[in-house]
Amino acid sequence: MTCAEAITNYALRSIGIGERLLPRTEFDLCTQFTLIGSGLIWNVYFGVFALLIGFFIANGLALAKASPNPLLRKPAEAFIFVFRGSPLFIQFFLAYQIFVLLPRSGIELFGITVATGWLTKAWAGALIVLILNTAAYSAEIFYGALQSVPKGDLEAADAYGLTGWHRFRRVVWPTMMRLAWPAYTNEAIFLFHATTLVFFSSFPAYAQQGDALYYGSFFADKTFNPFVAYPIVAGYFILLTLLLILLFGVVNRRLNRHLPGAARRIRYRPQLIR
Amino acid sequence: MFAYCADPKALEGLAWLSCYLTSGTHLLFYASFGTVLFLLAVTAPIALLFGFGGALASRSHFAPLRWFGKIYTSMVRGVPDVVFFMFVPIALDQLFEYLRSRVSCDTSVPVRQGNDFIVCEAAKLPRAASPEWVHDSYGMFLAVLAFSIVFGAFAANVLYGAMNAVPRAQLETAEAYGMTRRQVNRRVLIPQMWSYAVPGLSNLWMILIKATPLLFLLGVEDIVYWARELGGSKTSAFTYPHPDWRLYYFLAILVFYLLMTWASERVLSRVRRRLSLGQATMGGETLRKAGA
Repeated sequence: MTCAEAITNYALRSIGIGERLLPRTEFDLCTQFTLIGSGLIWNVYFGVFALLIGFFIANGLALAKASPNPLLRKPAEAFIFVFRGSPLFIQFFLAYQIFVLLPRSGIELFGITVATGWLTKAWAGALIVLILNTAAYSAEIFYGALQSVPKGDLEAADAYGLTGWHRFRRVVWPTMMRLAWPAYTNEAIFLFHATTLVFFSSFPAYAQQGDALYYGSFFADKTFNPFVAYPIVAGYFILLTLLLILLFGVVNRRLNRHLPGAARRIRYRPQLIR
Repeated sequence: MFAYCADPKALEGLAWLSCYLTSGTHLLFYASFGTVLFLLAVTAPIALLFGFGGALASRSHFAPLRWFGKIYTSMVRGVPDVVFFMFVPIALDQLFEYLRSRVSCDTSVPVRQGNDFIVCEAAKLPRAASPEWVHDSYGMFLAVLAFSIVFGAFAANVLYGAMNAVPRAQLETAEAYGMTRRQVNRRVLIPQMWSYAVPGLSNLWMILIKATPLLFLLGVEDIVYWARELGGSKTSAFTYPHPDWRLYYFLAILVFYLLMTWASERVLSRVRRRLSLGQATMGGETLRKAGA
């Protein structure tokens, strides 16, 4: 098989376009690169959507956790504790079991039948778990940032007569984001790395449409050679991580654009804090 | 376990449950919690040692050693740890078998034949004739090594950062006293580093706890394995028939992990407090003011 053939056959294999059967005998470099790269679509899909939706939930959770009202604070604290205190792997298994136990015919809600079958599919079920997981971790980051908003900023806002929503939107929230952003970048990287777990927990890879690591381990199993497939997966993830750092750096510069020296490229040192 | 468990089919309610929860396979399930704790107890010190070596290596003045340290510390930053957990055990296994095959096999036969990795019977690890427990402990050994290497790299990151965080003035003072590089390292840098390293290391301990279910991916019979095994629905052909109970088993595991992380958090916050006593940091300053 030539390289061009491998690309046309397998470039979109992970979303069901192209050759139906996975390679059986030919495991040349081109096939491995293409198929593992096609699996990366799933990692990006899970990562992007979980981050996007999780971001909003995390903001709400952080505010709820900082709220003086125990009716808001307690549930938020409990949610964050459960999702940060337990392994993501177990959360996947548990969520899958819950989704499987839902009645197949759907649930009657106000006379409308809500289908539940799609929840057991990886694209929805695993995404929900990832959203909740990243929401909990990010909420803790945002909460920490919210607690460290300088007192002077709030006093200045008071002096300008800003109150309520305006004060939050114009003073508290931007400062919170600014303080949280480096840690949040880190969380985003962790989240993208965590997406590799999806197809190794109960969620089935429908018609062998899996993510990068799924195909990586497929090749390693078939060729008995881990020294090719896994480094390819690693290489793709290094590129993905660099891209993430770049994108988050752009946002970081925008958040700090009023500060002297913010135009300078920020030297990013990834932390391993989660 | 109990005398009345001889005929489980005749039992009902609590008696049935007490027999069910003490059956032979359940005792293995409970023992697998021990496996997890064992992994934690063995991996943490080894990983700390690897991390210490990695951090010292990346500060070395000898270039190749420094490169090695830098590569080791940065390898976990861009690549998911799961990839390493999949890669390291099989890579190590093949490495060991390859090395043994060079000693005890006919070296003219290539090890890689097409899509196969073949070594002669004498070089196989573990030997096919070995008893079951040798196979199990070899798997566990590879798992411990994989965890140690990955978390060693994480720890090296933390310790490298902590070494850089020790105030430069302290090291210069030591040099001014005429200490050699080794003496500065041993007497000032390393003792002072810990209070900067503790927040990172305690975070790492939490990550390590939460990474232990990945043992399942390495083929070790851990709590996830047994939860899937025991929870799956059992027909009446089994001694204790029941529907799909995996949800409850996973809930139990979730509670176990929540307890582990909760207890660790409490212990670690005390350690953090103890270590920031007398340090020129914000935490130390708060403690000093509270005491005065």
